[in-house]
Amino acid sequence: MIDMMASMWGRLAWDGFPGELVTIGGALAVVFGAAAVGAALFYFKRWKWLWREWLTSLDAKKIGVMYIVVAVIMLLRGVGDALLLRTQQALAVGDAGGVITSDTFQQIFSAHGTIMIFFVAMGIMFGLINLVLPLMLGTRDVAFPFLNSVSFWLFAAGMALVNLSLVYGEFSAAGWLAYPPLSGLEYSPGVGIDYWIWSLQIAGVGSLLSGINFLTTILRQRAKGMSLMKMPIFVWSVITTMILVVFAFPILTATLGMLSLDRLMGMHFFTSDFGGNPMMYVNLIWAWGHPEVYILVLPAFGIFSEVVATFSRKYLFGYKTMVFALFGITFLSFIVWLHHFFTMGAGGNVNAFFGIMTMIIAVPTGVKIFNWIFTMYKGKVKFASPMVWFMGFVFLFTIGGMTGVLMAVPAIDFQVHNSLFLVAHFHNTIITGVLFGFFAGITYWFPKIFGFKLHEQLGRIAAYCWIFGFMLAFFPLYVLGFMGAVRRIDHYDEPSWQIFFIISGVGVLVILLGIGFQLLQLGVSIWQRKKNLDTTGDPWNGRTLEWSVPSPAPSYNFAATPQVSSRDAFWEMKQSGRGIKYVHEAIKVPKNTGAGAVIAGFAFIMAFGLIWHIWWLAFVAFVAVIVCILKRTLSDEDNERELSVKELKQLDAKARKGVRV
Amino acid sequence: MNQLASKRYFGFWLYLMTDCLLFAALFATYVVLRGNTADGPRPSEIFNMPFVLVETVILLTSSFICGLMLLAAKANNVRRTKTLLFGVIVLGVLFLGMELSEFTQLVHEGAGWTTSAFLSAFFTLVGTHGAHIFIGLLWAGALLWLLQTRTFNDALLQKTGLFAMFWHFLDVIWIFIFTIVYIMGAA
Repeated sequence: MIDMMASMWGRLAWDGFPGELVTIGGALAVVFGAAAVGAALFYFKRWKWLWREWLTSLDAKKIGVMYIVVAVIMLLRGVGDALLLRTQQALAVGDAGGVITSDTFQQIFSAHGTIMIFFVAMGIMFGLINLVLPLMLGTRDVAFPFLNSVSFWLFAAGMALVNLSLVYGEFSAAGWLAYPPLSGLEYSPGVGIDYWIWSLQIAGVGSLLSGINFLTTILRQRAKGMSLMKMPIFVWSVITTMILVVFAFPILTATLGMLSLDRLMGMHFFTSDFGGNPMMYVNLIWAWGHPEVYILVLPAFGIFSEVVATFSRKYLFGYKTMVFALFGITFLSFIVWLHHFFTMGAGGNVNAFFGIMTMIIAVPTGVKIFNWIFTMYKGKVKFASPMVWFMGFVFLFTIGGMTGVLMAVPAIDFQVHNSLFLVAHFHNTIITGVLFGFFAGITYWFPKIFGFKLHEQLGRIAAYCWIFGFMLAFFPLYVLGFMGAVRRIDHYDEPSWQIFFIISGVGVLVILLGIGFQLLQLGVSIWQRKKNLDTTGDPWNGRTLEWSVPSPAPSYNFAATPQVSSRDAFWEMKQSGRGIKYVHEAIKVPKNTGAGAVIAGFAFIMAFGLIWHIWWLAFVAFVAVIVCILKRTLSDEDNERELSVKELKQLDAKARKGVRV
Repeated sequence: MNQLASKRYFGFWLYLMTDCLLFAALFATYVVLRGNTADGPRPSEIFNMPFVLVETVILLTSSFICGLMLLAAKANNVRRTKTLLFGVIVLGVLFLGMELSEFTQLVHEGAGWTTSAFLSAFFTLVGTHGAHIFIGLLWAGALLWLLQTRTFNDALLQKTGLFAMFWHFLDVIWIFIFTIVYIMGAA
């Protein structure tokens, strides 16, 4: 009987709940956080509204906002993790043990990396693209609005799994990329790696579908007259990013699939016995992983290109070279993956090839940096808060890039491999490149989505906190790396290191202050929104089509379909009266549906079954996913409704008065 | 072709490319690991080439019939479309059955997926193709049901066209499997 129960409920057991002070705290935060939000929704009777207006919405802008909300919540968790890690490292020297155990420490740094890359950076990226890509292209929506909703919900399901691991079970303790054989069954028999695998697998499929969706949108749904070389540069950055997504994510899917077959079915892809080859995993995961870092940073480059041109009151310098640089980076990013493991021992010639390619990839990036600076040159630069982010970026990211070129030399890499020097380098590129870019983008496009600007002064203070906090937190790590401190240590015996760890911890606190100011900025902006209303739809004197519609942007985007005749058509129209022509025609908008949320919900249950070895549950949920997809594709129902020209004109008149339509 | 159809086709081409890359990763892994037999059987000892050749002919024939089916659909000949689609399904089921019997026999001979890295990679690569065939068969069944119950229109033609693309794609992948796994393995 007990055996049967055991097989029926897999690995479920009471001791799956956390036992350590820190992890209990984390679990309680998740549970009470979710409960508080749920209760508040009941109290204010907002559940129905939430479901109808947001959760079932197929409007790309609303999906974008949901992406960003999820990502910001995860950012808070990721920063909390970072704070714990640095606290431990500031204290645990010599005889002192610090505040958490080694195992917890390992889970926390694994979760920190996973969350920050997959659920913060990726989330804000897809969010921002959803917000503005269709508007920039002069189109009503993305190519496949329903698929877009599925993508978002798969992302949310992956996020939910990561957070569930905090409450029940454990998370991976094998780092954010879970190298085998450590992540194999022999050394990690628990559920932690499985949580990691399935949260990434599900979110990854969502990303892949988004890649297909956005590429089709750009290549098939541009405004009439918008030839490729007339597209805003942000759209180019999205094309290259999505090419990377479409090429790289299948490799991740296959790799995670093989790792889970090793773990679930006793296969020997990456085990250290029976002919398995762990380095094969490392090659595969970086064949995805290196493009992945460019997937994150290219959209940020695109955002900065828009921001710099707008706030310098000039055309972007070197538009064509920007496009070539983007494609150069896209191509090169697929032939540098081995620089993540020069120490594998592939031999001098192989290392030399990948080292040289890595140095070459700095060239197109350098081209972009110079183009931005030349765009500012002789422009009437307005230092609004997006530009503060840009100035921080251009200074710090260049330093981060140069330390990367340094490590591209295999001989140097052998010295600093796996040290804190490396940790400092990639935070120096990802935080200042990716995050600063996204924050600039959020500030820049916020009024387009919500109809009012963010509080300027608080935004600047937040940006300065981030910039100085970053320098305090990560420059000491370069020094520590040279002194020989390796990454991922929870305890060390060298007392001279401690002061640097303490400075670094203080830096994290300053960053935390920056985040506090960002939250305050959001709160104050909502509170005083009447003061910062955007009544023109064009608060920054913008250049591209999204600024030609009223703010907040209406659900159908364009009341009349725009046709453009030049690059930066809206700017052109403001200057010379030419640039955009409007055609009045009826349009179709998709009806809301909860099917995306339901499909992702079943995917979540399936993953839970696979993680805890509850096979029947996984099977039933899998069948449910298939049935849902079949039901949606086979149904004859009309999934769209038409808006006539008359309706559109009425709606437009309302939208111009600032009513959300 | 209306805009939606062209969008759908374009998106589906992109999807097929991503699937192609998924297989590329599995092929690469197979090629790296195929020598790692860990005292288990080597490729040449377990492949039954005549059997696999019959499998291949069956799948290629199904792909040919699938092409004829699309021609019939484009000519608005629904009856013939249904008959040919049924033929595709029969051959697909036959192919999948033969693959399963091959797998079963291998496991009985002690050449299961836990035996060596080579066999793990073999079962995963060929099995992933088989899983795609299975999904394709579900899809073909649903399509047959639609052709049976709905009036034939552009939307249905489009669904038929997308299925045909998928089926041909699986055929192409199988040609690579036949070459790289079986022919090169038996040599």
